[in-house]
Amino acid sequence: MTETWQNDYPHRFTNELIFCQFMEATGAEIVVRCLAEEGVEFVFGYPGGAVLNIYDEIFKQNKFKHVLVRHEQAAVHAADAYARSTGRVGVALVTSGPGVTNAVTGIATAYMDSIPIVVVTGQVPTPAIGLDAFQEVDTVGITRPCVKHNFLVKDVKDLAATMKKAFIIAATGRPGPVVVDVPKDVTAHVTEFEYPATIEMRSYNPVVKGHSGQLKRAVQMLLEARRPMIYTGGGVVLGDASAQLTQLAGLLGFPVTNTLMGLGGHPATDRQNLGMLGMHGTYEANMAMQHCDVLLAVGARFDDRVIGNPAHFAREQRSIIHIDVDPSSISKRVKVDVPIVGDVKNVLTDMLALLKQAKEKPDAAALNAWWTQIELWRSKNCLKYNRNSPIIKPQYVVEKLWEVTKGDAFVTSDVGQHQMWAAQYYKFDKPRRWINSGGLGTMGVGLPYAMGVQLAHPDAQVACITGESSIQMNIQELSTCKQYRIPVKVVTLNNRYMGMVRQWQEFFYGSRYAESYMESLPDFVKLAEAYGHVGMRIDKPEDVEAALKEAFSPALKERMVFMDFQTDQTENVFPMVEGGKGLSEMILAEEL
Amino acid sequence: MSRRHIISLLMENEAGALSRVAGLFSARAYNIESLTVAPTEDATLSRMTIVTVGSEDIIEQITKQLNKLVDVIKVMDLTEGRHIERELMLVKVKAVGEGREEMKRTADIFRGRIIDVTDATYTIELTGTGSKLDAFLEAIDPAFIIETVRTGASGIGRGERSLKV
Ligand SMILES: Cc1cc2nc3c(=O)[nH]c(=O)nc-3n(C[C@H](O)[C@H](O)[C@H](O)COP(=O)(O)OP(=O)(O)OC[C@H]3O[C@@H](n4cnc5c(N)ncnc54)[C@H](O)[C@@H]3O)c2cc1C
Ligand SMILES: Cc1ncc(C[n+]2csc(CCOP(=O)(O)OP(=O)(O)O)c2C)c(N)n1
Ligand SMILES: [Mg+2]
Repeated sequence: MTETWQNDYPHRFTNELIFCQFMEATGAEIVVRCLAEEGVEFVFGYPGGAVLNIYDEIFKQNKFKHVLVRHEQAAVHAADAYARSTGRVGVALVTSGPGVTNAVTGIATAYMDSIPIVVVTGQVPTPAIGLDAFQEVDTVGITRPCVKHNFLVKDVKDLAATMKKAFIIAATGRPGPVVVDVPKDVTAHVTEFEYPATIEMRSYNPVVKGHSGQLKRAVQMLLEARRPMIYTGGGVVLGDASAQLTQLAGLLGFPVTNTLMGLGGHPATDRQNLGMLGMHGTYEANMAMQHCDVLLAVGARFDDRVIGNPAHFAREQRSIIHIDVDPSSISKRVKVDVPIVGDVKNVLTDMLALLKQAKEKPDAAALNAWWTQIELWRSKNCLKYNRNSPIIKPQYVVEKLWEVTKGDAFVTSDVGQHQMWAAQYYKFDKPRRWINSGGLGTMGVGLPYAMGVQLAHPDAQVACITGESSIQMNIQELSTCKQYRIPVKVVTLNNRYMGMVRQWQEFFYGSRYAESYMESLPDFVKLAEAYGHVGMRIDKPEDVEAALKEAFSPALKERMVFMDFQTDQTENVFPMVEGGKGLSEMILAEEL
Repeated sequence: MSRRHIISLLMENEAGALSRVAGLFSARAYNIESLTVAPTEDATLSRMTIVTVGSEDIIEQITKQLNKLVDVIKVMDLTEGRHIERELMLVKVKAVGEGREEMKRTADIFRGRIIDVTDATYTIELTGTGSKLDAFLEAIDPAFIIETVRTGASGIGRGERSLKV
């Protein structure tokens, strides 16, 4: 895929610049060289006045590829997905003013899920700052509450060091987005360029190793547990610690649950895995979470969608060990007994070493009894649904997708019911395969996420599970997919409703479906075709598998395919913990 | 139970640093009773004193969130140990007739200094804890007060206790 793409744009690759022979460089050259030095593969962006100098330098280089999106929000989402799926820092480039405001949703989305990205924004020239200049916004001010850090570079001499800091800050500790705002005159000014290998910041030193005393206490607690539970989150994925986690869980024989952000951090098909917990978590995961006596929380932040009503959660007695690189995640919503601040991989590695030395073993009889209880909960089969429906059930589509892709695809999603079904029915066995917006819940991420993932993994199967409402929030990116031949497969679970909103209205607003019906939907098949892609509409359950097989067949490997599955309009997501209710107070499908 | 805390911090003396702290407090709905900031003897550093009110849990989150700011180097809750707290207040008061002498006496009692004088007014400088300054304002007739300005508290640890890089 990458090759054909290069052949399409030969002019971009003839103008090789020999970087290292220049001593002096303009700000624009410096930006581009810094990105090259960082080993950046893709810059997702959109040009405009304030960044034209930078674009001119991009034109002259071939160290990284620039991907021209159709909306700046999508540039940031694609960079974010690149980061989520590879673990490397994603990069976006936008112009000042409206370029920045369009990018804000993408930045906030990355911030809420702790994703490392660097966003370079153009700014009006320094003498014009504050004068309500054309396309001026206070970028540092607007983005401050939704970045890990941001910089306004007023002097070209600071530019290279600032870029280095941006990459370090984005990627280390608790990762997050960093914005570097570069005024246009700074991109024209000249200075000597030297890219520092690293930079010390006296004010920034994330803790990496866990405290040894706390580690010992934690291990002791785990060994004495009678009803243990391991609750794991996005931190395991972000910290690349799923191997350590899986080993630890295996060694102890304890049950494991993942948050929405942690899916894939422990293999979903492993018997010890109880599935996702929380508002739409499985019965067994939520019950075990509520009734355990020792809880090991790993890189998870006790989100309100996860533990339900904290007062109800606190009713049961349990000891909590909490591993997190960010001290402010610990004891924020739930008091913990053993806080361990540190990088999850280091901490789990140290724990494993201590466990292997320990003479005691977990009480086998107690653990057996606990598993018997859990299996009883599991036997409720809380994810069952009507398989004999004449209308396509959305769960069925996801299950079939899992089968057809052999559980090995990268799956992005948008926000809504389809997101929950994707999380529940696609069993992720590997980390970084499930790409979604959990914290901000941003509709419209699905397609740009799929683009970022596919570019990073050209040979992988990439599916975007979306809804007919969400997909329309960034539908213009079908054009980007065409330009760069990004062969993602869009799986639209089309229920003609903002299903998640409709579900709440059904349950809590007397079925008054205010503005949640999707009128005047486009013909998605024709729309896909208009953008130069393959469109399919699937109306019957018996056609689901064939459609998916065709979409993922070698014949369509190079093509973007848009599948429009007409699904059951009335289907709801179960189990469900209502807002304000306790984790064990779930509504199950059968109870209605 | 909510208590008053004095949090001191050292941060990089950079443009925007103050707004990061102020923004943090407003975004997370923490109280700020007062906030003072100025460069230290090392001009690359700013020292800030924040007076806030909150439960133990909230204060713990406040210190953690402050520490998390990339520009912040060190944070210390002064109220956790022995410390000294001072605030400066300038008060412009009416000083006429009998009241003029009375005003000077009250200022003396509070160890205030009269730093500007006209026929009809005094400007008094007072330092002390916040409650001492409050007490002064209560001791004089409110009708005489023309204008007050207070710096907000600055604080420092007692003895060996110190906040430095
Ligand atoms: C419609 C909808 C429904 C939802 N329903 C659910 C639901 O039913 N269940 C559910 O779980 N979620 C649900 N969510 C998602 C929810 O809103 C939160 O985003 C999610 O629960 C947070 O996951 P997390 O706790 O794993 O934290 P994350 O946001 O992934 O945070 C990661 C944590 O790990 C820490 N960390 C990061 N890197 C490291 C490292 N290297 N070492 C150590 N620690 C590290 C971070 O400091 C942070 O505390 C839903 C979202 C939407 C939009
Ligand atoms: C940008 C944005 N606006 C509004 C919402 C609120 N919201 C959450 S889910 C949802 C409906 C999603 O509908 P659709 O994409 O069709 O998915 P479905 O729930 O039907 O599967 C809405 C409006 C949101 N999450 N993001
Ligand atoms: Mg829908």
